[in-house]
Amino acid sequence: MKKYLAIMKIRFINSLQYRIAALAGIITQIAWSVLGVLALSAFYKSNPLTYPMGFSQSTAYIWIQQAFLPMFMLWFFEEDIFDSIKKGNIAYELVRPVNLYNRWFCQSIASRLAKGVLRCIPVLIIGFLVPAPYGLMLPPSFIQFLLFLISMTIGLFVIIAFCMLVYISTFYLLSPTGMKTILVFFADFLAGSTIPLPFFPDKILSVIKILPFASMQNMPLRIYSGNIAGIEALNGILLQIFWFFMLTLVGKLWMQKATKTVIIQGG
Amino acid sequence: MIELSHVCKNYRVAKRSSGFKEAVKAVFSRQYTTVHALTDISFSIPDGEIVGYIGPNGAGKSTTIKIMSGVLTPDSGLCNINGYIPWKNRKEYTKKIGVVFGQRSQLWWDVPVIDSFELLKEMYEIDPAVYRNSLDELVELLNLEDLLKTPTRVLSLGQRMKCEIAASLLHHPDILFLDEPTIGLDTVSKLAIRQFIKKINRERKTTVILTTHDMQDIEALAERILLMGKGTLIFDGSLETMGSAVNHTKHINIKYDGDLLAVPEGVTIIKSTAEQIIVKIDTTQTTVPDILSTFSNQVEIKDISITSPSVEELVAMMYRDFAL
Repeated sequence: MKKYLAIMKIRFINSLQYRIAALAGIITQIAWSVLGVLALSAFYKSNPLTYPMGFSQSTAYIWIQQAFLPMFMLWFFEEDIFDSIKKGNIAYELVRPVNLYNRWFCQSIASRLAKGVLRCIPVLIIGFLVPAPYGLMLPPSFIQFLLFLISMTIGLFVIIAFCMLVYISTFYLLSPTGMKTILVFFADFLAGSTIPLPFFPDKILSVIKILPFASMQNMPLRIYSGNIAGIEALNGILLQIFWFFMLTLVGKLWMQKATKTVIIQGG
Repeated sequence: MIELSHVCKNYRVAKRSSGFKEAVKAVFSRQYTTVHALTDISFSIPDGEIVGYIGPNGAGKSTTIKIMSGVLTPDSGLCNINGYIPWKNRKEYTKKIGVVFGQRSQLWWDVPVIDSFELLKEMYEIDPAVYRNSLDELVELLNLEDLLKTPTRVLSLGQRMKCEIAASLLHHPDILFLDEPTIGLDTVSKLAIRQFIKKINRERKTTVILTTHDMQDIEALAERILLMGKGTLIFDGSLETMGSAVNHTKHINIKYDGDLLAVPEGVTIIKSTAEQIIVKIDTTQTTVPDILSTFSNQVEIKDISITSPSVEELVAMMYRDFAL
């Protein structure tokens, strides 16, 4: 266990080097939050009756989503991992007494956390300063807040377990570009990053909400805003845990198979 | 103890000719060719030996190293290293070996070298006291004191290579695999690394297997040579026996005064001018004193030099003999 913490630590330190990138990220996320809130308010004003979420619920959704964007983005990959497969540096990772799947998993957690921790605070502060109903409200209760934290953590695991499948596919495809493009347009949309899932038509929603993508940002963001609460939230978290185990199982088995037939690129 | 017997490894490579038409065709149907990277490789290496693994590019040196270090799985054949099958018991086995791939880096690019070392300490679960000792020893032997706190990205290639080698020795491996450790280094750095490898081999009794294209590395380090060509092992023995097995050639360069009328039997003229002649002789046919006396009977010899071909030339000759 200690070795995996050490991997997380060095990845974390490595990320902290990039201060300008963090600053740029903060500005982008604040601007994006404002745009998102304005767009939603336009929908709301045109017809509040058919609006599927409370207005302040949906603004909270946007603010929290942007504050923790690096934890929720599906297409935020570890370029190091793609590089090591593509250029053959993976040879070094295979001569370590460390499970490669766990290693990459920890590395991904650390890099997302490093980015998230740096960026979330200014965005949250601005969010709380903006007046209601446009700003960020507190969660409805403390229990709801705890559920949010649990759900966000598992959501992060689900996202990374999913990303691992993309990394492993690179053993066969060599270039991750295609997979990334599909993910940006398709999976991220189904995860609720463009518009919150309740805005989807009911019939489509009933399918989408059981897919693994709905176990990523959709669950924690809606729990924070109070759109999902109580027993429904607990069920949602159970579904997240289910997807985390399934994706990890598939990933581990696939990884085992891939590393057996691996060839090292570039001599 | 390292034992390989009848190891084979093939790669399937997609091939196509150049040009747009061919590229489009390849989208629909690929043609694969099989590259025989290793064919029936067998050898064994006892503990504590330094073995030089040489051969032209693409001979299969790196593939062998990768099989021995557990990165690749061979198609057939056995490989037993200190009781482990590298690709099967990867996790336990990798604790016993150190590997340096000269063309790649194992250090984290943006953080000081010491952070990478600390990570390796955790990965290999090295006891803190052992780690401390090992680090001190390596820092002293390789002169790393000033480099440890420097981020990897600002190190020169020579400095980085020293750190790479230190990184692979922190956990006291029994066997050290060095895949082109001196590639791209200047003479001073090469010397430092050679001396260090010798010292580690002597003091820690580490078995060292190194691949290189630098014959001076081999001359300075290797007691034993494995020569690879096109995926097969074509020579296994010491440098001296390699010399005598392939080569009985000597070059004689004579400067003289007078008229040279006849060249003795059994020599080949490489170059001949009015006062200088360079000849090549085969010592199984004739001897150097015989040749010299034939010359001195005809002309007045002013200067002589007799040379054996360098290791590079020897290897070049072996490559040619085996049509590699």
